[in-house]
Amino acid sequence: MRMLRVGRWITAIALLLLVGVYVRALVFTPVERMQGLAQKIYYLHVPAAIWTETAMVLVGIASVFYLFLKDPRLDRFAAASAEVGVVFAAVVLTTGPIWGKPIWGTWWSWDARLTSMLFLFLLYVGYLLLRSAVADPAARARYAAVLGICGMGLVPFIHFSVYLFRTLHPMPIILKPSAPSMPGSMVATALFSVGVFTLLYVGFVVQRYALSYLREQLEAAGEVGHA
Amino acid sequence: MRLPKLLRHAWTVASKDLLVEFRSRTAILSVAVFVVLVFVVFQFGHDPTAVSNVDLAPSILWVTFTFAAILAMNRAFQLELENQALDGLLLAPIERSSIYLGKLIANLVFVATIEVISVPLFSLFFNVPVLPYLLPLIALIALATVGFVAVGTLFSAMTVRTRFAELLLPVLLLPFMILPQWWAVVATGQLFASRPLSEILGWLNMLAVYDIVFVTLALLLFPATVNE
Repeated sequence: MRMLRVGRWITAIALLLLVGVYVRALVFTPVERMQGLAQKIYYLHVPAAIWTETAMVLVGIASVFYLFLKDPRLDRFAAASAEVGVVFAAVVLTTGPIWGKPIWGTWWSWDARLTSMLFLFLLYVGYLLLRSAVADPAARARYAAVLGICGMGLVPFIHFSVYLFRTLHPMPIILKPSAPSMPGSMVATALFSVGVFTLLYVGFVVQRYALSYLREQLEAAGEVGHA
Repeated sequence: MRLPKLLRHAWTVASKDLLVEFRSRTAILSVAVFVVLVFVVFQFGHDPTAVSNVDLAPSILWVTFTFAAILAMNRAFQLELENQALDGLLLAPIERSSIYLGKLIANLVFVATIEVISVPLFSLFFNVPVLPYLLPLIALIALATVGFVAVGTLFSAMTVRTRFAELLLPVLLLPFMILPQWWAVVATGQLFASRPLSEILGWLNMLAVYDIVFVTLALLLFPATVNE
């Protein structure tokens, strides 16, 4: 199927560019004075976090439109976006502690940001579990849409509750009202990485979308059971 | 004249559920016993000379409310599964959102009853005075409860018809439940530490916003969960 091939190509290019992000971060970007090499993880952690939240919002938007239009393509996209979101959330939750151990001296702290990312991860897991628990495709899509919309409603609360608690986590460095408090070369690497993660997201989603389309075709033909 | 009608129908649905519960009293009794069990476990699980009861109090209260509420919410639509009662309810000439509102009211009354039982018991068992903070505590509990029961009632309408109903509801509800409870636990801690009310007001506002957002969302989304 053409779409699957396109998705594979996009993913392959994005993964190659990800190698480029590493090379740029390690060789061409200055080492941070206080944190040393540990800061390099920033270039993976932050883009993944941005896309974890964005993916959930996109799930929500697709869900809203699904409830009005009942177009199965929207449901397929929401499912694909949620699956990619759970992967990115896992990336954030793994890279975070790896950075936290040398800098904070602890793998995990019950800090507002860490905890809220954990919620987001659980939200995604719940969404995928709900999808797998409903056999009827129409009901599955409707239920998933309801949960997706509620999840989108939860994202701003998660995002802003961060500002209510005292937190160990560094505050946003680039996306804030004042100018970025990082040297230009670091900002450039970070933005490059955000771009690569965007491509990665697109590549993954296109592949998942194509796969769920193929699965539906097979289900309709009675070839496979519901997973 | 639409709103009074919506509320009247909601009350009819709620009073039906509450009547069923009042006649049997099985759920409320089992939850009440469960609450006592949780208190006992907390009491013997910590060394009172090392950790004072006041420090542990917010956790005890909210752990109890969480489990009790989940037990209650699983019940709401389970009740309607027998003899396809839900189909009858859906066929009734009333708005779908009034069914949701009725279920929400019934669940809230149920959870509130548990809370009314557990707060004095908690105060008695753990020797934590609640009377000086009674009004803000009630406001706090009420606002937090409305938030997660609203989401829970919506989700339970979906989960009862899935493969692992009792298991799935807590999993789906967790991210939605922890956020208001997180705020409520912090605020309860501040309350028991005799902090000024102005510090707690911020949390109450957050909870109120959360309630408004999710009750509205649930009212709008409920029809999608039952349309066949």
